[in-house]
Amino acid sequence: MRALKISRKPAKFAVARLVSPISASGAAKYGPLDLVNESAPALPTGEGWHRITPRLTGICGSDLSLVEGHASTYFDDWVSFPFVPGHEVVADCDDGRRVVLEPVLGHAARGLALPFDGAAPGDGDNYAHLVGGCLEPGIQTGFCSSTGGGWSTELIAHESQLHAIPDDMSDECAVLVEPAAGGIHAALATWPAVQAALDRGETPVVAVLGAGTMGLCAVAGLRAFAPGVRIVVGARYPHQQALARAFGADVAVPSDELSRAVRREVGCHVVGDHLSGGSHATIDAVGDSSSIAASIKFTRPRGRVVLLGMPAEVTVDLTGLWHRETQLVGAYTYGTETLADGSRRHTFDLAIELARTAQLDRLLSATYRLDEYEQAIAHAAAAGRRGAVKIAFDLRPPHQETR
Amino acid sequence: MPRPGFVLDVDRSTPPILFWRGENFSLEKLPAGRSRVIYPPEPLPAIDDVDGAIRHALLNPIDQDPLPSQLFPGMRLTIAFDDVSLPLPKMQRPDIRQRVIEAVLDLAAEAGVDDVHIIAALALHRRMTEAELRHAVGDRVYDAFAPRGYLYQHDAEDPAKLEFLGTTPQGEEVEINKRAAESDLLVYVNINLVAMDGGWKSTATGLASYRSLRHHHNPDTMTHSRSFMDQHRSELHKSNWRMGKVLLDSGVKVFQVETTLNTDTFPKPFDFLSKREWEWTARDRMTFLATTKALNRTPHRLARDIFHSIEAPHQMTSVQAGEVEAVHRITTEHVYKQQLVEVKGQTDILTMGIPYISPYNVHSILNPILVQVMAMGYYFNMYRGMPLVREGGVIIMTHPCRPEFNPVHHPSYIDFFEQVLADTTDPHVMSKKWEKQYAEDEWYRHLYRTGYAYHGVHPFYMWYWGTHGMQHCSRVIVVGGDQKTVRRLGFVPASTMDDALEIASDVVGRTPTITHLHTPPLMVADVSL
Repeated sequence: MRALKISRKPAKFAVARLVSPISASGAAKYGPLDLVNESAPALPTGEGWHRITPRLTGICGSDLSLVEGHASTYFDDWVSFPFVPGHEVVADCDDGRRVVLEPVLGHAARGLALPFDGAAPGDGDNYAHLVGGCLEPGIQTGFCSSTGGGWSTELIAHESQLHAIPDDMSDECAVLVEPAAGGIHAALATWPAVQAALDRGETPVVAVLGAGTMGLCAVAGLRAFAPGVRIVVGARYPHQQALARAFGADVAVPSDELSRAVRREVGCHVVGDHLSGGSHATIDAVGDSSSIAASIKFTRPRGRVVLLGMPAEVTVDLTGLWHRETQLVGAYTYGTETLADGSRRHTFDLAIELARTAQLDRLLSATYRLDEYEQAIAHAAAAGRRGAVKIAFDLRPPHQETR
Repeated sequence: MPRPGFVLDVDRSTPPILFWRGENFSLEKLPAGRSRVIYPPEPLPAIDDVDGAIRHALLNPIDQDPLPSQLFPGMRLTIAFDDVSLPLPKMQRPDIRQRVIEAVLDLAAEAGVDDVHIIAALALHRRMTEAELRHAVGDRVYDAFAPRGYLYQHDAEDPAKLEFLGTTPQGEEVEINKRAAESDLLVYVNINLVAMDGGWKSTATGLASYRSLRHHHNPDTMTHSRSFMDQHRSELHKSNWRMGKVLLDSGVKVFQVETTLNTDTFPKPFDFLSKREWEWTARDRMTFLATTKALNRTPHRLARDIFHSIEAPHQMTSVQAGEVEAVHRITTEHVYKQQLVEVKGQTDILTMGIPYISPYNVHSILNPILVQVMAMGYYFNMYRGMPLVREGGVIIMTHPCRPEFNPVHHPSYIDFFEQVLADTTDPHVMSKKWEKQYAEDEWYRHLYRTGYAYHGVHPFYMWYWGTHGMQHCSRVIVVGGDQKTVRRLGFVPASTMDDALEIASDVVGRTPTITHLHTPPLMVADVSL
């Protein structure tokens, strides 16, 4: 099989980190990523494993941070090298199904007992399983040396990770199911603050900072699964603002105007550079120092900031967080969700619905062949500037590209 | 004798004409044979004995008893005065308001009046700083009254200090400053810089609340005011006059003191700005060159500070006191005498250079919304009879139109620019959709009452001010403006005057008539066919 592989080569990570501010394609070329021909991963001994052949695989922000050498060292103990990146996958399964991959390598995939009946791969409050069982460590497919990843022509996946997709859903739509699930999970993570506002008879206001793929999916998730909220989006680029409105944002403004837009929505004061009140919840879909600081400033006291964008090391003055008793919570992947009506659903099931109803295929801007990976990485790294949102690898044989 | 206003027909020998561009200027060559330039009249001579004239006006008022006879011990006397928006630029000390207020206070003291309040009639403008108050009323008055709380600023958002007086037959609610309404006598001290000022507008606007002001500061009223400088054809003024009658009927006793100034606007070395270009001396040319070159290299903020430090050598040309309407008739005659220029016929294109200052950005930034109000609200309306530009014509203005705002003075303007103008530039639509939210925003209210911010609704009023102009013209072009900002205003950007004329040709053809309003100094075009 052909695959893009990342090996643990500190020097190459250092080169990538140096080169990436100048050239993302340079980081892809000279960094830890290599295009290789090698054998497909072996199937583990347990039951339920399949070989899948990717049709489309997206390039995610977390993938980019790896390729560019910016990923946090936190992950060193939660991944196993070498690995093939790629976790936003629509693929053909060896049993004939067309599937999307829920990439978390959960208890079932590792041959361990589920934390509760019906648990999704992302469920469970003890992460020991992520480094145990029948697989090498790895939080997800795409970060585990045992399974391979989506930036290849073949990988293995456990039945618990696979979701058949309807025949009438295009590959272009299906490849957005995984980020949609992440967006929905973040959207539902705002619910405690939203519910509290509703209980007080207020119109809940949720701000979304950043409108790349994840921010936009969060907007679509809020509109679909958080009834009654006013959604205010700060997006850097005009095409992102337009998409945010198309996905249900009530207000979409340039990112640097978001604080003022939130203030206008809630009618509070400005004290220094903080709002006196603010949004009931904020989804930070950027995840850097300035976005976290900004989110704290325009989220109301005792409100909730949901950190969707993957941060690395950040420097933030947390005095405001302390004083305002702001909840800062992470939103990683997906699992079993509790909806507004109290029902419980797996995030991926919701995401498959949302991908269709919100026509998420609109987010797929360009696809590249695997051997064009340098251009693909460069395009993904500059997606906003270049008027794009999601870039993906197209791994289909040429005659199947239209499905 | 000062020369009257003048309409110059541009020919090949006409030198390039000065255009203001915010905190800078340029010289523009207008097409010969079809362009004309309207120059304002030269400044009228000042009254020699200003204090004597003021005292004479107070002792010999029009249609009212002399002021001393209206003053008595134990009475409540309130003196209200025009705020920082007048005059422009601020006048060299002593300000004329100081001289009138001191004269009134002298008479009050002679009559044994000791309950005196002095109120800056801000309406919904920003509060004045201590320095600005001292400049307007003088140190002696300020030190005597301000520390004890007897010199203060009108607060249109303090329900405890407002009094509802009734409604006009048209249903317009009249609510003004409670102290002014309850006083035995309200002396209003006005500076009538343009014909729009004064009369009942002083009290019915300057001392009013939002509840009251919204009845005439709205798109419908502005559409039917043609122009603001012609009181008898201005719905804005008719509304104020109706409100004035409610004031009278409810027992408010007003002693109006109105003053007029000449148009001596710029001190040396900037006096060349008031001259006609062909009369520029070699020194004027050198000054122009040196000034523009220096300003090109000067940071905007510093250039702004330099210009706002200019104090005009305005001099008083008249003062009259007494009954509001009778006084204002005479005042208006004096204003027209100084500012009126006879102009025959309308034009296809009206050009104007927008300067650094308006009534709403003293010591501040002329933000894009204020650029709009200067062009479409003020300069367009500087006419009597009919607009200078024909219906369907084009306005070309020069201004950098940067997206810069003073967050202290104009906080709601920033939101207006970001939110409202991004949604609509239609005054009627925005008044229905957005005005209430801004007018009642608690933060804006707080900043207006406690800081130095214009009221939250003020940018709407500024936009409404241009309603008639925007309806009348088919295109508005801004030369040298920030393109994105100009488009946000609904206008068309152009890099040069030639480009602007090319763009205008889509509407007015390739050989349009062009008229340039050479202001400041201020003037009013008396346009007839």
